[in-house]
Amino acid sequence: MAGPMKMRATTTGGTTEVRVLMTHPMTTAQSGQALHFIQNITVKQNGKAVVEAEISQAVSRNPVFSFRLKGGAKGDKIEVSWLDNKGETNKIETAVA
Amino acid sequence: MTRRSLLAFFGLLLAKPLTVLAAWNEQAFGAKTAADALKNIGASAAAPSKDIVIEAPQIAENGAVVPIEISSNIPGTTSIAVVIEKNPFPLAGKFDFKENALPFVKLNVKMGETSDVRVVAVAGGKQFVATREIKVTIGGCGG
Repeated sequence: MAGPMKMRATTTGGTTEVRVLMTHPMTTAQSGQALHFIQNITVKQNGKAVVEAEISQAVSRNPVFSFRLKGGAKGDKIEVSWLDNKGETNKIETAVA
Repeated sequence: MTRRSLLAFFGLLLAKPLTVLAAWNEQAFGAKTAADALKNIGASAAAPSKDIVIEAPQIAENGAVVPIEISSNIPGTTSIAVVIEKNPFPLAGKFDFKENALPFVKLNVKMGETSDVRVVAVAGGKQFVATREIKVTIGGCGG
C-alpha cells in the first residue's frame, strides 16, 4: 500500500522550498471504507528533524505538502518520511537543487 | 547478564522506536468540536493575530481538495495547527518547526461543508489564532 513518493527541493534567495507528494488513500470513516490515513510526517535536513507533523484523515488523498527552510545549500539532503495508522511507512530522500 | 535481562534489553530496543514514532495526539484528533480540539492542543485562550496569513480560495468547488497555505509572521513561531470548525473531527493537522524550518506549510484538506478554518500559531509559549471562512460547493468527506 505504501505507494511511491515524489519530492523536489530547490533553493532560491536564501529560502529552500520542499514540495513532497505521498501516494496514500487517506480514507475517512465517512466514506464507508476502513479508516486509513497518514498520522505522522517528519522532514529532515542533513539528518536533523526540521518539521514534525501530526495530521488527520482530513488531509486530502495523495497528500501534497510544501515546507520552507531558512537558508539551505545545494546538495543538502532532505528526507521526508511518513507513518500511517496501520503502521505502514515510507520515505524519500533528495538533494537540494 | 542473564538471559532474562538480555531479553528485556532487546524488548526495550524494539519498543522504543515504536513509541517515538507513534506520537499522535489521539485526544485532540478525536475531538468532535473545534473547542475540544483547541483545548486538547492547549490553545483555548489563543489571542487573535493578523500576523498569521491564511491563503485559501474563498469558494472551494471541490471539498475533497481544498488548498490552504499558511505562514506565520509572528517572531519565534514554533508550531502551527489547522482546525476546520465544521468537519466531523475538526483538527486537521499540527506542524512543529525546528532548526531552520520556517513557520510555513501548504497542504490540501477535505472539507465537509462551508466552514471557518482556524489556524493556531504558538510563539514563545503563547497561542495566537487567525480565522478564515472557506465556502464549499460540494463536500469532500466521502473520500
